[in-house]
Amino acid sequence: MDFHDTPSEAAFREEVRAWLAEHLTGDFAALGSVGGPSDETGWETRVEWEKLLGRDRWVGLSWPAEYGGRGAGVPEQIIFNEEYARANAPARISFFGEGLFAPTLIQFGTEEQKRRFLPRIQAVEELWCQGFSEPNAGSDLANIQTRAVLDGDEWVISGQKVWTTLAHRADWIFVLCRTDPESRGHHGLSYLLCPMRQDGIEIRPLRQMTGSAEFNEVFFDGARTARDNVLGPVGQGWKVAMATLGFERGTAFLSSQLGFEREFADLLDLAHKTGAASDPVVRDELAARYVGLKVMRYNGMRMLTNLVQRGVAGPEASIGKLYWTTWHRAFGETALRVLGADALVVARAGGGTYEPGPQQQVFMASRAETIYAGSSEIQKNIIGERVLGLPREPRQGETS
Amino acid sequence: MNFAFSEEQEELRRTVRQFLEAKSPETEVRRLMETTEGYDPSVWKQMGQELGLQSIAVPEAYGGQGFTFIELCIVLEEMGRVLLCAPYYSSVVLAANAILNAGTEEQKQALLPGIASGDTIATLAFTEPNGKWDVTGITLEATEQGGSWSLSGEKMFVLDGHTADLIVVVARTAGTSGTDGISFFTVRGDADGLTRTPLSTMDMTRKQAKLEFSGVAAEPLGEPGSGWPAYSKTLDQAAIALANEMMGGAQFVLDMSVQYAKDRVQFGRPIGSFQAIKHKCADMLLEVESGKSAAYYAAWAAAEDNDEVPVVSALAKAYCSEAYFHAAAENIQIHGGIGFTWEHPAHLYFKRAKSSEIFLGDATYHRELLAQRIGI
Ligand SMILES: Cc1cc2nc3c(=O)[nH]c(=O)nc-3n(C[C@H](O)[C@H](O)[C@H](O)COP(=O)(O)OP(=O)(O)OC[C@H]3O[C@@H](n4cnc5c(N)ncnc54)[C@H](O)[C@@H]3O)c2cc1C
Repeated sequence: MDFHDTPSEAAFREEVRAWLAEHLTGDFAALGSVGGPSDETGWETRVEWEKLLGRDRWVGLSWPAEYGGRGAGVPEQIIFNEEYARANAPARISFFGEGLFAPTLIQFGTEEQKRRFLPRIQAVEELWCQGFSEPNAGSDLANIQTRAVLDGDEWVISGQKVWTTLAHRADWIFVLCRTDPESRGHHGLSYLLCPMRQDGIEIRPLRQMTGSAEFNEVFFDGARTARDNVLGPVGQGWKVAMATLGFERGTAFLSSQLGFEREFADLLDLAHKTGAASDPVVRDELAARYVGLKVMRYNGMRMLTNLVQRGVAGPEASIGKLYWTTWHRAFGETALRVLGADALVVARAGGGTYEPGPQQQVFMASRAETIYAGSSEIQKNIIGERVLGLPREPRQGETS
Repeated sequence: MNFAFSEEQEELRRTVRQFLEAKSPETEVRRLMETTEGYDPSVWKQMGQELGLQSIAVPEAYGGQGFTFIELCIVLEEMGRVLLCAPYYSSVVLAANAILNAGTEEQKQALLPGIASGDTIATLAFTEPNGKWDVTGITLEATEQGGSWSLSGEKMFVLDGHTADLIVVVARTAGTSGTDGISFFTVRGDADGLTRTPLSTMDMTRKQAKLEFSGVAAEPLGEPGSGWPAYSKTLDQAAIALANEMMGGAQFVLDMSVQYAKDRVQFGRPIGSFQAIKHKCADMLLEVESGKSAAYYAAWAAAEDNDEVPVVSALAKAYCSEAYFHAAAENIQIHGGIGFTWEHPAHLYFKRAKSSEIFLGDATYHRELLAQRIGI
């Protein structure tokens, strides 16, 4: 056990700091860390910033050098994220592309697919969205009904996805479809890659309780994509999708965990400014959230060490998503306690608009975090059944 | 002992529910919450003329029907259930009780009939930008010159402060602190020197305003300087009323959750068949039922106007605040993605629950109050 940087890690840290100091200026610095993976605040500026990151290969940090990455290991990724959060740099915009799709592509893609898609993710030329959930396939993702059939050299997709975050910004969607019409459950699914901007796709925005419309319904009515745009073997999409979910629940959220440190620091500032920090109840809560924050970090480091040393995520990985979402929700409530009566008023409301302030945004948005990427109930089932080996709950048709 | 509503009270509940279901469906709530005024004057009028809701607990001597606090709480519970957008709580609970507690006989005669008929919309302006719910938060100064009083300072989070015709203001006389010098005044909504700014409320179904007073001429309500007992009593009554209103919303989100848990199928089964969801619903029921017990008991104490009121009001506000918020939050979780949308009503209740929890002081505030009142 040693938490010091090795000489090469220290050098890497220095490089990251120097780059940020040089580039994080002007509009980029002014933006701060507003927005999030599914919050479009400051979008245009964040796109410009992400392009700069891509140009200097900070996007795709962990990818092998042959695909334009830096081949960075886990310690370097942590260092990058730490320095990034410390510098209060803009919220990243490529959660679905860089965070979810790219690592899945690296694991399952053909050489040609990697060369086709990775550079454009890095250059921020193509943004991605995730087409998994459907009206009747949420927690029960295997119940997917969206169908794809081959027509010559093309897949033709019909069906409906829902809750598709940033579909309206995306150029591509990775979409889980049923390619074997006779199949049921997780058999007969394929992981297709489909261009978003085409006639066969209609996007209808869905407004969230935070007032903005980051997620959407996506209707496929004869949408087309090339036959080669399938990731992994046809009919084996479930396995590929599970890998994506693994990244979503695990490594992809590393960067937001570090963002939590910034949120906490900001809240502490506010609590000192308003005097809330001298209220014993608020102090107790803030200290409890701090404990939670640090433990989350230690958990993360232990999980990643396991990942590096054993190549597989240990049981800590499955508690990761449950942990951070539960913590963040409690943090949102603490943030409102710090605001006190001021929490009664938002930045704007009425006449068709609704804009919470930053603390209220966390308070509300954190309610979604225990729902998406496998709800807390589902995470607990996974921990119970797959980590602890407890008997499964009976399914329909099974005798108990 | 008899801890049940009478047949007449149940009948009142049915009538009010029927009226509100017709007049305040979700579509109306959504329409009104987008407006600055935040209520429908014609429905407000009907509430007064057809059902006499504004007059329900006002004594007959002042143009009311003379029912008790229990009937008032039944009405409020029904209003909380549908998130009625109207200045009812501000006018009938806050202002009317402040006047009853603080006013002279003559002032009650003059002010209450208008509130009771619904012709006057009134409110109580007490909280200030400091956001404190206790008496130290009252800093707005009242000064006397040649027998007439004027107010200068700022009030915040004033429920329906921008639409009220009559504003009851809690102020303090110059040079006082703590419970000394607390005074009530009345001011017309359109008084000279009064600037009213509507606020963007987190809970859009309940409107608030910021009121700035610069030398506003004001009429003392009761004896200036000795308003503390009346103010304290008004706050206790307000907390009890709010606790009852909250339970209407809490029951509604519980019902919504249970229905959804029966209807929504995942993994080939209704999600309510999973213990994770079933236990959530059971926990919600436990808290909602318990919250109702506390709120109803407190309503009875307020109706009796007995010396339990200070204790049970703090107790009920503490318990019901948390019960409602938990229920409204779990309701979102049980609904999954759809519960996070603007289109679904879950967030309206979630926001109302949070703002009701905060309003008048949250659960920890009321537990501290309770600790003091029971001598801990
Ligand atoms: C803000 C937001 C963004 C999203 N973005 C995307 C996106 O970009 N792409 C995408 O594909 N999807 C996205 N989703 C969808 C998300 O993955 C689903 O909402 C989630 O999988 C839950 O599905 P559901 O909404 O259908 O709820 P349901 O599955 O119907 O769940 C309802 C309730 O039942 C519980 N439940 C279900 N099954 C069980 C069980 N077996 N045991 C115990 N409890 C159970 C759940 O925990 C939940 O409380 C997003 C969702 C949100 C809220």
